[in-house]
Amino acid sequence: MKKYTYTDKKDTRSGFGAGLHEAGKRNENVVALCADLVGSLKMDAFIKDFPERFFQIGIAEANMMGIAAGLTIGGKIPFTGTFANFSTGRVYDQIRQSIAYSGKNVKICASHAGLTLGEDGATHQILEDIGLMKMLPGMTVINPCDYNQTKAATLAIMDHEGPVYLRFGRPVIPVFTSEDQKFEIGKAWMVNEGKDVTIVATGHMVWRAIQAGEELEKLGIDAEIINIHTIKPLDEEAILKSVKKTGCIVTCEEHNKLGGLGESIAHLLTTTYLAPQEFVAVNDSFGESGTPDQLMTKYKLDPSDIVAAAQKVISRKG
Amino acid sequence: MKHTISELEDIASQVRRDILRMVHAVQSGHPGASLGCADFFTALYFEVMNHNPEFNMDGKNEDLFFLSNGHISPVWYSVLARAGYFDVSELKTFRKLDSRLQGHPTTHEGLPGIRVASGSLGQGLSVAIGAALAKKLNGDHSLVFALLGDGELQEGQNWEAFMFAPHNKVDNIIASVDYNGQQIDGPTEKVLSLENLQAKFEAFGWHVITSNGNNMEEILKSLEYAKSLTGKGKPILNLMSTQMGYGVDFMVGTHKWHGSAPNNDQLESALGQIKETIGDY
Repeated sequence: MKKYTYTDKKDTRSGFGAGLHEAGKRNENVVALCADLVGSLKMDAFIKDFPERFFQIGIAEANMMGIAAGLTIGGKIPFTGTFANFSTGRVYDQIRQSIAYSGKNVKICASHAGLTLGEDGATHQILEDIGLMKMLPGMTVINPCDYNQTKAATLAIMDHEGPVYLRFGRPVIPVFTSEDQKFEIGKAWMVNEGKDVTIVATGHMVWRAIQAGEELEKLGIDAEIINIHTIKPLDEEAILKSVKKTGCIVTCEEHNKLGGLGESIAHLLTTTYLAPQEFVAVNDSFGESGTPDQLMTKYKLDPSDIVAAAQKVISRKG
Repeated sequence: MKHTISELEDIASQVRRDILRMVHAVQSGHPGASLGCADFFTALYFEVMNHNPEFNMDGKNEDLFFLSNGHISPVWYSVLARAGYFDVSELKTFRKLDSRLQGHPTTHEGLPGIRVASGSLGQGLSVAIGAALAKKLNGDHSLVFALLGDGELQEGQNWEAFMFAPHNKVDNIIASVDYNGQQIDGPTEKVLSLENLQAKFEAFGWHVITSNGNNMEEILKSLEYAKSLTGKGKPILNLMSTQMGYGVDFMVGTHKWHGSAPNNDQLESALGQIKETIGDY
């Protein structure tokens, strides 16, 4: 098992804030919009340096999505910022008609995704956003795994023509990817090569998958770990290559098992190469109040849950 | 003026014939408010707006138009074709398979003149405001026009947009409301009363003007006046009274033709009331 260490812990939303600031420096067409959550989205640096390119929309997310769509007409590259729940479910029809169907170059940037939002509870913990967004034709869906990857992804989507959903979160987590990484949309990252089981993870679950890999190694299981940061378009080639080698797969995501990354991979496997799959994901339920760690444990998203899923899926191999 | 009032009225007459024939041909669509807004669209595209039928999505240095109540697509398609955005013969494909003239306007099929999809109501003003903000950032002094239905003002997103534009001094936008008092299920006052729209818009901080949207001379005067009000710190709202179905005696002033197509006899009767001027497609 390849050794991963970290010296710092940061939140992925700060990676977005840093990426947005850098994007603003690199391209004068980058504009940012926020629905009364500037601090939470870490947009302060952008606002300080580019006040004329920032639009405070107020608590009016539907209007924000429409204004963002309009800003693209005239060549602007709008980045909208609010919580994941208000970035997707609340404004689904606005995104569908004014952005996705209209083919607008809007970057929908969503913080506080998933259970790790914590104490605010289920009203704010959206676990369906990946599904909502991946179903829209032409929408790119990205869920980076740490500060550095989120920063790199924010810069990458600036250069990508078309609507993007960028999902990140609230808690501080280890920074374990490289600062100068090249982020390629739609390209999987091989975290660890192995032969017994493929573990695919996205977002906050990648570090947990690495921890699970270390535990599995102690049990004599050689896990291949792949980071899928881009859920759509999916790197089918990387996943298939790995599953053909290991013969089974565990998918890990901080999302409802329905509609998420695991479901996309199940679709891929059932139509190309049949192999047993286990899901480490929220089992079709809402979240609740609690600390992020408590919630991840209660909803079975811990490294130990990944270890158990890996053992189970290996036992299902023919 | 580029055209005389009489010339513009002749174009609007032809547009009304186009609307009726398009909706009749496919036996679906929304003729009522399309007929009611034929004069307004004709004025916009043939006189008021500085625009280029050699369509470019970004529309830099030209006036832009956004239609929020996308179901009145027949009037927009007819006027776009008559203004040279595409060949008038394409009007016969309206709402048919593989057409660029979808039931509701869309950019998806690449029809020149359309900059955003509309149909699901209440979204157009936000998009128009975004385009107006982009113009300001680009140092582009041309204007953004938008049309909203009155019934769709029941959608809450409009009021988010009505609040945003004055606060942010978006003074390069002229939004018109097609104030015909009708929606699919009946008069707006019965379905969900709009109450005093002028007072509401003024309370939100818009500069409100009122006009008769079925009188060409008055439309031109009101839109020219609206243009003179731009750049003064407030967005402009043109509360434009129209009659749904205007121009056809049995369609006028009722919600019954909001979303119904005329049959053969009704088409014949309607066309008999509207002069063919610059030639049917």
